[in-house]
Amino acid sequence: MTKNDDIYDVMVIGAGFAGMAAALFASAQGLKVVQTGATGGIDFSTGFIDLMGVHPIAEGKRWKNPWSAIEAVVQDCPNHPYGLLSCDEIFESVALFTRFLAEQGLEYIGHTDRNTCSLTPAGTIKRTYRVPKTAWNGSVALGKKAPTLIVDFYGLKGFSGVQLVETQKHHWPELKTVRIQFPSGRGELYPEHMAWALADPAVQEKMIAAIMPHAVDVEYIGFPAVLGLNDPQKVVDHLAALSGKKIFEIPTMPPSIAGPRLRAVFDRGLPAQGVRTHSQKLVTSVKELDSGMFEFSVGTGAAMLPVVAKKAILATGRFFGKGLRAERKKLVEPVFDLPVVQPETREQWHEQDFFAPQGHPVNSAGIEVDERLRPIGQSGRPAYDNLYAAGAILAHHDWMRMKCGAGLAIATAYKAVKELTR
Amino acid sequence: MKSFQTRVLILGGGATGTGLARDLALRGVSCLLAERRDINAGASGGNHGLLHSGARYVASDMEAAVECREEGAILKAVAPQCIEDTGGLFVAVEGDDEQYVADFEGMCKKSLIPARQLDLGEARELEPLLSEKLISAYAVEDGAVDPFMLSLDNMAHAMTHGAQSIRNAKVVGFSMGDGRIQRALFLDETSGESFEVEADLIVNATGAWAGLIAALAGAEIHILYSSGSLLVTQDRLTKRVINRLRKASDSDILVPGGTVSVLGTTSVTIDSPDDCRPTVAETDQIIEDAQAMIPVLATTRYIRAYAGVRPLVLSGESGDARSVSRGFSLIDHARDNVDNFITITGGKLTTYRLMAEKTADMVCRKLGVKAPCLTRTESLPASTMGRWTEPGLAPKSWVRNRDEDDLILCECEMVSRNSIDSIIENMPGMRGNSMLKAIGMRSRVGKGPCQGGFCGLRITGHLYDQGHVSEAQGLMELKTFVGRRWRGFSPVLWGLPMVQADLQEALYCGALDMELDHNTDDFTCEDDE
Repeated sequence: MTKNDDIYDVMVIGAGFAGMAAALFASAQGLKVVQTGATGGIDFSTGFIDLMGVHPIAEGKRWKNPWSAIEAVVQDCPNHPYGLLSCDEIFESVALFTRFLAEQGLEYIGHTDRNTCSLTPAGTIKRTYRVPKTAWNGSVALGKKAPTLIVDFYGLKGFSGVQLVETQKHHWPELKTVRIQFPSGRGELYPEHMAWALADPAVQEKMIAAIMPHAVDVEYIGFPAVLGLNDPQKVVDHLAALSGKKIFEIPTMPPSIAGPRLRAVFDRGLPAQGVRTHSQKLVTSVKELDSGMFEFSVGTGAAMLPVVAKKAILATGRFFGKGLRAERKKLVEPVFDLPVVQPETREQWHEQDFFAPQGHPVNSAGIEVDERLRPIGQSGRPAYDNLYAAGAILAHHDWMRMKCGAGLAIATAYKAVKELTR
Repeated sequence: MKSFQTRVLILGGGATGTGLARDLALRGVSCLLAERRDINAGASGGNHGLLHSGARYVASDMEAAVECREEGAILKAVAPQCIEDTGGLFVAVEGDDEQYVADFEGMCKKSLIPARQLDLGEARELEPLLSEKLISAYAVEDGAVDPFMLSLDNMAHAMTHGAQSIRNAKVVGFSMGDGRIQRALFLDETSGESFEVEADLIVNATGAWAGLIAALAGAEIHILYSSGSLLVTQDRLTKRVINRLRKASDSDILVPGGTVSVLGTTSVTIDSPDDCRPTVAETDQIIEDAQAMIPVLATTRYIRAYAGVRPLVLSGESGDARSVSRGFSLIDHARDNVDNFITITGGKLTTYRLMAEKTADMVCRKLGVKAPCLTRTESLPASTMGRWTEPGLAPKSWVRNRDEDDLILCECEMVSRNSIDSIIENMPGMRGNSMLKAIGMRSRVGKGPCQGGFCGLRITGHLYDQGHVSEAQGLMELKTFVGRRWRGFSPVLWGLPMVQADLQEALYCGALDMELDHNTDDFTCEDDE
């Protein structure tokens, strides 16, 4: 029998942006929260927080003002999850989320009503709403086309300063690059190891000494995002002091350091708020108790443990997060077996062109919810009174092309928690 | 406009075109091979990689069966590096045509094709994944051939004997005069540059495109385009080639290809050879059909699908083809009043050498060259151009020549930066645009579970570092490369491949915005409303 003490108010299923945000917001409400979930989108994130950037995607129309973009998308696609929220709620949710990150030492910067342009590791320019403070100078330098040196390292693959300079040289003539030997170690380098090494001020000094001869005539120095794991701002500040230049980071391709940085914040921040976390474990089954509460089995085999909760938030993501599973003939939702809104046949899941501007129809598949974010069951009514859904698992959006991934996750998590406490 | 001159211009860089280049080069005839995209971009790169023993054709086409037997034996002797002599099985299961099964051994005998009946227990011991419902099994001498290595080795050998090659060369027209082709006009679609070639004689070895090319010279060949799709499994399922013992039909061959197995094929008539691509419907159909033979195919993980188009020359218009063989068509377009133009099309990968030989014979006859064909006996040397297509070679070489500063750029197939550099170095006359695709064609890059998602980006960075691409060209090549892999990836997206695809799209579109137009001067986010 489960003792009363072991009953949680909320079970958050999922450990990506939506799951982390839901656990954060629910615990902030004083609820007793348990969270579970494997590696999600957060671990592969660039560290940027996109709110809304492109609509209609078929036209590739980019928006300066994310709020105008949200207004337009809700008007044109009334089923878009943003249609379930007010702009105030969305704003508030992102503000609370980034405040928590800042309290944990990971500060974010952005404009209130304007997206920010940032350089990606491919050399493309991406618009986003909030960037880590350690990346901010990169956006400023880009905007001003300031004299800037991109540093990269022998042994760090997937990051090429030459590629950035080549792709940008017509727009940004004063961008240049240098490749240097990483001060501690040769051979293949990984962002996480580099970040650990660079936490050491002596290593930072050695690195700056190698760079300075190439940085005489620049105002900014950009690095791949390897400048420290837990306190990157401290590393950035020290490099700035050593060099007399403005320093910034550019995200690297996954697996990058941006994911682990965010995850580390939640790994220490959520338990401190009283959240019980079972990380790297999946819900393997669920049953509804007579009381209406849920009993979940978390994990498998000997490590399997039961979790009882009064309410639950389903924030399991899409295919990568295992929230949706693609079978050969249909898409299924594996935890509650909820109906998945989807194209009729697999032939209609994808377009012939990978980069098709209109996006792949399967990307808009997902769970349908009522206005309180409760998943709709077979009957067309909410499947359970006490089950809510948030994040990418929701139907009727294409976060990858609309550039609304983190924003949609955070905002719907906020709304789900709000509804659940009503 | 740039202009080149050669004695023989070969159009098409598939097995036949490269085989012909080698044959002519060995006879001392200078030639230039021009390929619209890249080596084996058509049917030669879109087949099973099956070296037929001939047993598949014993009922339908005895001549083709005998040709396969003879050519298979020659290739095993002269090009062993391209072949894995796996042996093959023909198996029938409950419900298959018992009359066909009963006649099989006799028909093989008639074509002198070795086939040994196995008892069912022995067959399942050899290949444990065979169905419990097996009713008959024969061992034959099928093998697996690496068609990329084969064509690259042919081209490399031809080039050491003076042949030249050029890729990204699309024929856009011929200038005609005096009953002959005076000049062939080309367009490099990747750079937009035009050029022309003057030749004494032009051979059209463009496979399924042969009819379209012939039409440019005012000659007529009617070709039926039959598209065939195949599936690549994550792991190698059998040691041997497994054929279904029935009248040749869809989805009844499973061929080992190094570390994977290849299952197929379908046969769908399409309107244009450029429409050839694998589909979801064909993928499903292949899996439904083939599981009768090997039940695990219903649940195995597939990495990708691909398709090739068979050029089936419609009878009545194949000129003197019948005098050579029913399997392929060799046409002297003197019949169409174009004296210096020959088409070779149809046929099978297994008989490519014979096709090249017969074509070279005709070329030499027309040019008054007396030299005999040497490809029947002369060994085809293994080349550095073709070696990197071998599965497992890249990791072996990486371990053997461990260099502290080397990096693995393709983690699925363990291809290192040094290997990439070696592949580039061994592309003489093959550099230029579409480097990334060319590297993919000549190695295992992009062929693992990530399907180019991660290695594509890393190798692009390396190409920039080395100065092989500049400005936006590398990004454009990356988009083309990923798009091309997508053709084969999209039909198999369920289970884990769907997870992989989700991650790939999150990276390229979600994080890097690569689906958007970046040809803009806007850095300030000031361009809307």
